[in-house]
Amino acid sequence: MSSQQTYFGSLENFQKGGVEVIDDDPKHYAFSNVFEVASKSKPYEKVAVGKNLKYVIEAVRAEGTSPWFAAAHDEAALVMDGDIEVHYLKPDQPVVAEGKEGTVKLAAEPAGKKMGYVKVRRGHMALLPKGSAYQFRNAGKPGVLLVQTILGENTVEKWADICQVKA
Amino acid sequence: MSTVANASQGLNKDLGYKAHSIGGFRFERDEYFAHIFYPGGRHLIPVDAFLRALMRDVAWGFFYGTVNFDNVFGTVNHYGTVEMFVGLFNEAYRGSNRHHVETFESKDLKKVFDEMLDDWTNEGFDPFAAPDETGLVFGPKKGNNTAAIRRQRLVADRMVGLPGDLTFRTDPQNRQLADVPTDKPGVFAEPGFENDVHAFNFFDYLSRSDVTWNPSVVSCVKDSQFCATTEEHILPITHGNDRVEWFIQATDEIIWDIDDRGTGKPRSKVVMRAGDVAAMPADIRHRGYSPKRSILIVWENNDSTLPQLYASGKVAPYPVEF
Ligand SMILES: [Fe+2]
Repeated sequence: MSSQQTYFGSLENFQKGGVEVIDDDPKHYAFSNVFEVASKSKPYEKVAVGKNLKYVIEAVRAEGTSPWFAAAHDEAALVMDGDIEVHYLKPDQPVVAEGKEGTVKLAAEPAGKKMGYVKVRRGHMALLPKGSAYQFRNAGKPGVLLVQTILGENTVEKWADICQVKA
Repeated sequence: MSTVANASQGLNKDLGYKAHSIGGFRFERDEYFAHIFYPGGRHLIPVDAFLRALMRDVAWGFFYGTVNFDNVFGTVNHYGTVEMFVGLFNEAYRGSNRHHVETFESKDLKKVFDEMLDDWTNEGFDPFAAPDETGLVFGPKKGNNTAAIRRQRLVADRMVGLPGDLTFRTDPQNRQLADVPTDKPGVFAEPGFENDVHAFNFFDYLSRSDVTWNPSVVSCVKDSQFCATTEEHILPITHGNDRVEWFIQATDEIIWDIDDRGTGKPRSKVVMRAGDVAAMPADIRHRGYSPKRSILIVWENNDSTLPQLYASGKVAPYPVEF
């Protein structure tokens, strides 16, 4: 067996790389680090760290209990740090219009049927299924989620604050 | 066999390998090299590097955009047809009009590549494995390794582990990812919601991958695909995408060489460590170096209208302006 240790980052302990320019502008690479971004975010703020036309990946600081969210399409959440629960509800009435894109933040827990929950930690990926409402809960130390979704009304874009701008 | 004036002495020896031809291209191998003959010349690539690159090109169905085997030879995917080229993305070849390009039906070129890969891969050599994990491929023909080269790129429909979707891996953990925790998430679905309440150990799934530099789709949001892969040693090709792609380094470290997509001139080095996220613009080519086996998420946009959008200049080659 190899004696090599796998290096995982965490909110308290990450080592950022960077763009070393030869003949280029580092802004072209929109280089950031999800732990660094989450370390400066408010709980459950959805900060875009990747954008490919309408699609985004968001770095999310998972701390305490989140609002209820919903989307009209599947989303996925990869836990990068922390121990997190995701609770799911099937709303009695649709809470997001069919065809709407991105994550919608609900004002309150919708009336609906309990679907169950998952307990996930670093390295685990959870499905955020279309047509459901979901809530993240983390009573422990703050964690970090990477959410695969579509640009929506709750996506925060602050590229100049999070990305390497100087060579 | 060969009537080409510049065929080498070595190729007249019968080493047991066949020559493989399509259009004006003919491929021959000797003990150390792949010889690529084309109208106008011959190009050599070390045969181990050639087979590792060929393996990816075949397994990925010519992938997105350009697959450069080195700074001279490669393929461009046009999704139905493929261009095979010498010097097309090399400033010196282009400048002196020494480049050569032919277009083939994808299925015709794939057939030739499949046969060549099987013929030239000796037993004990796995072109998908890291060099430390496999034998050598040099010397005369000795058996084959058909099982190893038939492995396909895996594509989840929605997410790995869902009923009816890609199943979990049962392979042992890789020697360099043997310390990745194997705990399963707690999944507590109410009756009737088993298809929706779902989670899996993504890092554990990756730690069991027996291939390197071979992205597999693990989760999808419409055309947004998380293509996860384990990387060790060198990406066997230099990828010039026809759209923007993104990297999310999940563990360890990869160093990327970034060159201009068209000319091959160096532009940047991008050092990525666990938690780092970076875009690969649509006007570059990239090649990665992973000193230790690492987990990388390649994030692709599978929208089939994108190559035309970028090629026409309707969208910028950079994903965000700030
Ligand atoms: Fe790539």
